[in-house]
Amino acid sequence: MSFVLRNVRPLGGAEVDIRISAGRISAIELSGTIATDGAIEVLGAGMVLLPGLVDLHTHLREPGREDAETVETGTRAAALGGFTAVHAMANTDPVADTAGVVEQVWRLGRASGWCDVRPVGAVTLGLAGSQLAELGAMADSPAAVRVFSDDGKCVWDAVIMRRALEYVKAFDGVIAQHAQEPRLTEGAQMNEGAMSALLGLTGWPAVAEEAIIARDVLLTEHVRSRLHVCHVSTAGSVEIIRWAKSRGIDVTAEVTPHHLLLTDDLVATYDPRYKVNPPLRTAADVEALRDGLADGTIDAVATDHAPHPIEDKDCEWADASPGMLGLEDALAVVNTTMVESGRLDWAGVAARMSVAPAGIGRLSEHGRPIAVGEPANLVIFDPSASYVVDPNAGASRSRNNPYAGRELTGRVRATFLHGDPTVLDGELVARSNV
Amino acid sequence: MKRHLLSAADLDLPDALLILDTAAELAAVADRPVKKLPTLRGRTVVNLFFEDSTRTRISFEAAAKRLSADVINFAAKGSSVSKGESLKDTALTLEAMGADAVVIRHSASGAPHRLATSGWIRGSVVNAGDGTHEHPTQALLDAFTMRRHLAGGVGDLAGLDVVIVGDVLHSRVARSNVLLLRTLGAKVTLIAPPTLLPVGVELWPCSVSYDLDSSLPTADVVMMLRVQRERMSAAYFPSAREYSRRYGLDVNRMKLLQPHTIVMHPGPMNRGMEIAAEVADSPRSVIVEQVTNGVSVRMAVLYLLLGGSELSDGSNGVPVSEGRPL
Ligand SMILES: [Zn+2]
Repeated sequence: MSFVLRNVRPLGGAEVDIRISAGRISAIELSGTIATDGAIEVLGAGMVLLPGLVDLHTHLREPGREDAETVETGTRAAALGGFTAVHAMANTDPVADTAGVVEQVWRLGRASGWCDVRPVGAVTLGLAGSQLAELGAMADSPAAVRVFSDDGKCVWDAVIMRRALEYVKAFDGVIAQHAQEPRLTEGAQMNEGAMSALLGLTGWPAVAEEAIIARDVLLTEHVRSRLHVCHVSTAGSVEIIRWAKSRGIDVTAEVTPHHLLLTDDLVATYDPRYKVNPPLRTAADVEALRDGLADGTIDAVATDHAPHPIEDKDCEWADASPGMLGLEDALAVVNTTMVESGRLDWAGVAARMSVAPAGIGRLSEHGRPIAVGEPANLVIFDPSASYVVDPNAGASRSRNNPYAGRELTGRVRATFLHGDPTVLDGELVARSNV
Repeated sequence: MKRHLLSAADLDLPDALLILDTAAELAAVADRPVKKLPTLRGRTVVNLFFEDSTRTRISFEAAAKRLSADVINFAAKGSSVSKGESLKDTALTLEAMGADAVVIRHSASGAPHRLATSGWIRGSVVNAGDGTHEHPTQALLDAFTMRRHLAGGVGDLAGLDVVIVGDVLHSRVARSNVLLLRTLGAKVTLIAPPTLLPVGVELWPCSVSYDLDSSLPTADVVMMLRVQRERMSAAYFPSAREYSRRYGLDVNRMKLLQPHTIVMHPGPMNRGMEIAAEVADSPRSVIVEQVTNGVSVRMAVLYLLLGGSELSDGSNGVPVSEGRPL
């Protein structure tokens, strides 16, 4: 099936028409010059065209917590958010620490068809931090795992971290570290600072993140491997990563949409919607993260989309599970915080939300230029449409949306995955129709 | 005033003074042969205790009963994490029983906020101590006690020098006292080893010191906080003995105090740890009186939160003449 995208602006540039056929971009011409020729027309009306977004950090919860999310519902949310590929985190039940589990997740992704699902493999067996999982077997499986992470748990043992960094060099893997010194964060409930002092909640100090990142970049330099830092949340972390990059260390980093927008004063409501790990930080940290994302110190935006069923949030703060939804509103948050403020242009957004994450995950069909012959993984985004976030309107099985009731700017109008629309007019396209 | 009492910060100066003045009038009831007023007849007050605290529960129970309210004691075991009944389901049960006020004690900071803002219940929520957050009625009874001894029982506490000593990090009493005493105009100094002060304390409206001896000679009030010996195992201090030597109020330190200075403690005390028995039992000690005043202050809080609504038709024997609904 062929499509003609009319009057779209690739990376926010001049309006063009784009023909998609056989899963690829087959023509890019001046607006109004491509004949319809039996293709389905999609009216871009001057909206921005970006390469399909790639998420490095998605919790799809399947297998094990299908009450929170499934591969099917999570990838629907991804498609609505403009994503064409997601990396499914390993902290499922059972943990994705064997070739069998990653292959299962990979197959579920293929079956759902809403976006490409790349499983992340656990670094250690059961995320327990003591024994390496069979990283090579996961890399060699059909899931072709390249990103390994004990996300949710930090690989705190320096020797295990060193070995993991060394071992994945054999198959061009990367260790994605959830940087959290465990002893410094025992019982931690929120960012440690003025708000935690006032609210009587146990603090999660910035140094617990920064100390691990500092250690890990030095280990990475020592063994000449590749490190990715998950959900950087503090100003100090940005500085350490900037320093490491200036030394030529092969480190990349991601920031979540929520850490770009929300601050720890929201915790004063004790509403567990705002409980997340790493926690929401201060306004100064948010500023440093935006700066770091703008100057490339932080390579990627990654959602850390973390669905939880209602009962896991409808309780006391201390009892609530940490985590927030992110897939469906990520691009609007980046537009609101980075583009509208002039810190990032659309080429920059494409770099941070598609090109860089695809590169880190070693995806060959994503994060590609918008050019003839390239795979048609694309998203059409209306940057001026504002909306009030309704947590009940989402495709995720869960409702723990931290932006509920907030006004954000920009909406995904269409998403194309390998040449077929998963979203048109802002709605999911029934898969039987394509 | 707000519909709930969740934090001492919910009280502005007129609110705080109204509660203290009301408590003073209600205290007189305790001296009568019949210690009961019909004020809250037909109203239901639930004591919802997720954490054992017999002394606080009894105090609220006595307060509610002296105002003729129906009292339901609900000792909920644990929380949703420890597989007890969840806060939400408990709240829905209380709502079904028609609770007009819920007095909640909980080990989780913010649990009273959740109860008050979640839409689970319609009644007023009174925080009777939540985790390491706040204990506003304790601060009120402390202020009431200070006012009686040092301010002639009327007005605010302007100029009073209050020293609070001990485990500030884990103390809900300290947090509420700092906030309320600031509202009432007192000058507060927190004294603790640096490990037992929260990061961020420098932003609180008070001064902070690591040295007890230098603060004692000018103090009007010395409030000792309970310090759990178990904190030692988490390396907050090297030993109970060292803690006691550096931060305990013993007989020698008591000699540094001015003649009028009072010694307070929210209880339960660790005698020999943060306070020596001789000090706790000395004439300066108002620790037992704090307990008595607790009942009057809690009567005032319940009366002002509940009595100000539809029942206040003038026929209910309210002893307060100029009370405005909070
Ligand atoms: Zn994580």
